Amino acid sequence: MSWIDIGAIDDIPLRGARVVKTKLGCVAVFRTSETEVFATSDRCPHKNGPLSEGIVHGQKVTCPLHNWVFDLNTGEAQGADEGKIDTFPAKVEAGRILLDGTLLMNRAA
Amino acid sequence: MKQKLVVIGAGMASGRVLEHLLEVNKGAYDITLFNAEPRGNYNRIMLSPVLSGEKTYEDIVTHDADWYEENGVTCRFGEHVVEIDRERKVVVGQNGEVAYDKLLMATGSAPFIIPVPGKDLPGVIAYRDLDDTNTMIEATQKPGAKAVVIGGGLLGLEAAAGLKARGMDVTVLHLMGHLMERQLDEAAGYLLRRALEDKGIEVKCQASTAAILGEDKVEAVLLQDKTTIPADLVVMAVGIRPETRLANDASIEVERGITVDDAMRTSDPDVLAVGECVEHKGQLFGLVAPLYDQAKVVAATLLGDAATFAPKEVSTKLKVTGCDLFSAGDFAEGEGREDIVFRDPSRGVYKRLVIENNVIVGAVMYGDTADGNWFFGLIKDKTDISDMRDTLIFGPAFQGGEPLDPLQAVAALPDDAEICGCNGVCKSQIVEAVQGGATDLGAVRAQTKASASCGTCTGLVEQLMAVTLGDDFQMPTAQPVCGCTDLTHEDVRRLIKSQELKSQAAVWQELGWTTPNGCHVCRPAINYYLLADWPVEYKDDPQSRFVNERRHANIQKDGTYSVVPRMWGGMTTPDELRAIADAAEKYNVPTVHVTGGQRIDLLGVKGEDLPAIWKDLNDAGMVSGHAYAKGLRTVKTCVGKEHCRFGTQDSTGLGIKLEKKLWGSWSPHKVKLAVSGCPRNCAEATCKDIGVVCVDSGFQVGVAGAAGMDVKETERLMDCETEEETIEVATAFMQLYRENAKYLDRPYKWVAKVGLDWVKEQIVEDIENRKALVARFELSQSIYQKDPWAELAAPDEAPKFAPMANLTLEAAE
Ligand code: SRM
Ligand SMILES: Cc1cc2nc3c(=O)[nH]c(=O)nc-3n(C[C@H](O)[C@H](O)[C@H](O)COP(=O)(O)OP(=O)(O)OC[C@H]3O[C@@H](n4cnc5c(N)ncnc54)[C@H](O)[C@@H]3O)c2cc1C
Ligand code: SF4
Ligand code: FES
Repeated sequence: MSWIDIGAIDDIPLRGARVVKTKLGCVAVFRTSETEVFATSDRCPHKNGPLSEGIVHGQKVTCPLHNWVFDLNTGEAQGADEGKIDTFPAKVEAGRILLDGTLLMNRAA
Repeated sequence: MKQKLVVIGAGMASGRVLEHLLEVNKGAYDITLFNAEPRGNYNRIMLSPVLSGEKTYEDIVTHDADWYEENGVTCRFGEHVVEIDRERKVVVGQNGEVAYDKLLMATGSAPFIIPVPGKDLPGVIAYRDLDDTNTMIEATQKPGAKAVVIGGGLLGLEAAAGLKARGMDVTVLHLMGHLMERQLDEAAGYLLRRALEDKGIEVKCQASTAAILGEDKVEAVLLQDKTTIPADLVVMAVGIRPETRLANDASIEVERGITVDDAMRTSDPDVLAVGECVEHKGQLFGLVAPLYDQAKVVAATLLGDAATFAPKEVSTKLKVTGCDLFSAGDFAEGEGREDIVFRDPSRGVYKRLVIENNVIVGAVMYGDTADGNWFFGLIKDKTDISDMRDTLIFGPAFQGGEPLDPLQAVAALPDDAEICGCNGVCKSQIVEAVQGGATDLGAVRAQTKASASCGTCTGLVEQLMAVTLGDDFQMPTAQPVCGCTDLTHEDVRRLIKSQELKSQAAVWQELGWTTPNGCHVCRPAINYYLLADWPVEYKDDPQSRFVNERRHANIQKDGTYSVVPRMWGGMTTPDELRAIADAAEKYNVPTVHVTGGQRIDLLGVKGEDLPAIWKDLNDAGMVSGHAYAKGLRTVKTCVGKEHCRFGTQDSTGLGIKLEKKLWGSWSPHKVKLAVSGCPRNCAEATCKDIGVVCVDSGFQVGVAGAAGMDVKETERLMDCETEEETIEVATAFMQLYRENAKYLDRPYKWVAKVGLDWVKEQIVEDIENRKALVARFELSQSIYQKDPWAELAAPDEAPKFAPMANLTLEAAE
């Protein structure tokens, strides 16, 4: 893995999200607590809703278009809905957000 | 000949090393012990009780002069080591050299001082040793002295509590959103904050220090948001850094700390290190438990025995009387992790366990920490908890028994058990009332007052009724807000007011939410209730709003947005139309639609372009139309008596006045108004949430109309004589609705529940109350009536609409 610094944790509001542009499309970076982040694909498998605009609760996000709920750990849709979003390794170190570059870049190439 | 051992630093870690070493083999080494502090080893963690006055320095000394003498340790206290010469194997102290065969570095850590102007002023200190403690105690002697503690972690809070206990005015500044965020989650952080505030300590979170002010000593702290807080003493407790300067200078390998192997040896096999100054496999240490384990290994290595250091889980407690908290392990949620949350609002108790693969990996508790060590044991031993999962959170006392049926538990309560705390009603009174014929909750309430105040005992009362009446009792199936709580919207609204809950964390905790921070269903509702009831104290949380209200634009099915500027009362000008046309072209707006609300909708704007298009429209004098808001939408008007041959009043002018008064206010659902100039009603005022029909004699104010999924004519609230009275009545209605309705009930649904008569009592008959409602509305408007476009298009906000990073460029390399 090669970790890429994509910004400060405070660039994302608590229980909010921002996107990072990659060659595979937008990756949503969620901040679920003061010091915890998750990265997933930004597109809802239902009808492409932008997940980074959803409401973040616990370690889940609710799609803003039709309220599908996804677990940010596994990427699985919750409840009766069926679908999965991609998840990417992400971590916070010394107040900076790091994403796994190898994955994001390799898939791009 | 005896080997020579030199130890740098007489702290908690090296103290343990010496004990182990001397216990096993007193004759192995000639020992010289340096300490920069002019004293030997004492129990540093007990400085907090010394500060608060619960203990004295003498109580916390661990090794006194006699002990060093008996054990033949040569003490060089009050002397800094300034250099290590590894070639010659000597340590250079301020008063001369000492040769070593083995060297032990135990220099601890240095407090981190934030690099702001004024950090070196007298009166600015850290909290690390006895001298700092004495400086603080001295500062408390001055009557009326004020202290500011920067840092709401373990050390900062212990300092704050100690200073407060000695009578100082104390403010704690914390950069993060809640206290002790490394050890506590938000709910526990909230309870801790409440307990500290109850002690009289002021706590400011998200407070970033900009500078420390003062001429020749500290006088105040200036925050980034420009607040100044007067201070005679500033304690910085924002973190520590391993003290590695000597090692660095001697070219011993240092990362963040002095790197050691499993035997606690540094890169030089004759030099060992222990305590907070070391880094082991990338990990640093800040609590004593792992240091004691290290100390054992160091002693063994020095004696030529094999031993290996392996860090274990640590647990934290705060040594502040009355603040019972416990945190252990890793409670940051992670892949495949689940939470078990328990809250007992009446006792202020919160417990949370984090479970992964049937093993507890973290625990946070507040208020009742009696089971902390039991959980800590389960964490350390990685015990499989699958068998006790259901009752786990109740602690060891509950294991092995049958899970309790709540009805049985209620049946088993003694007759004099208090059910309703507010009104002091006990079980037997309720049972008697039920047996005497009170078979529904309302009747029990009326007769006994049980559950008639805060309502938190409603569930208990109902269970008692079920037990007493048996099959005759139908448990009501009130709709809870969502899966996070059993309470209804009405319960939650009432409790937020009666218990004065002013933050989301307060609601989750005091009302026993079962999830850490709600879900997409309850959060927007709670956020609204809080901002409606406590406009001054509560700060709106955009992250608890649906995307449209966070982005101030309606999201479209393709992820683009729509932009609707306000056209007051449906009026516009050529200039505004020109600016709209320009914006539509400049931002390639694919669709321009004249809405059903008498204004223009620009549909299909890209998210990144929003701040720019808003700026352009702002520059032309237009503000957001809130076409996305649970709040005031449009006020439709007709042309009125200015132009129309039937018009009786200035319906357009009144509509504009109403819109200018009400815009920007948030409400349980959207609110639309219309003003028609005569009963022909061209503005469709009789199907609006509030609709005014002008007549010769004045203004007929109707409310609770609908023309969406339901169609319903308004009901007449009042006939007003003047525009002023009309505006006052409409405003009072808006506020009554804001304060009382369930989230997502339009006014017509809400009025159907409370009855128009009740609304009339509040607004038409009770003029005092009407004025009070208007005053509360105006207070809220003083905070919320602002154009979100102007705020979000500002230079420091606008960039947040763009991606935070772009990796497509780097990928090309
Ligand atoms: C733009 C507009 C249609 C138009 O082009 O004319 C419109 C568009 C939407 N309406 Fe509407 N309504 C519009 C006038 C109306 C009207 C007519 C009126 O205001 O006189 C009504 C009937 C009156 C009423 O409010 O009940 C109306 C009743 C609804 C309803 C049903 C509300 C109800 O309580 O029954 C919804 C659904 C909801 O709010 O839950 C809705 C929801 C929506 C949403 C927000 C659907 C959504 O969630 O995405 C549409 C957003 C489109 C967008 O991106 O801008 N819209 N909608 C009108 C904007 C008015 C404005 O200037 O602000
Ligand atoms: C107020 C307070 C409360 C705390 N509460 C807790 C608690 O509740 N629980 C917990 O587990 N931990 C607590 N800690 C942390 C705990 O005290 C430390 O983890 C522990 O003391 C570290 O031990 P150490 O031997 O590594 O360093 P220290 O105990 O700091 O000892 C290092 C010594 O080395 C000396 N030294 C440094 N450089 C030189 C030099 N060049 N020459 C000579 N001497 C030098 C220093 O003067 C110091 O005396 C608390 C700390 C403080 C300050
Ligand atoms: S009527 Fe339906 S489709 Fe048309 S704008 Fe309103 S919500 Fe959208
Ligand atoms: S697009 Fe996400 S739920 Fe429909």
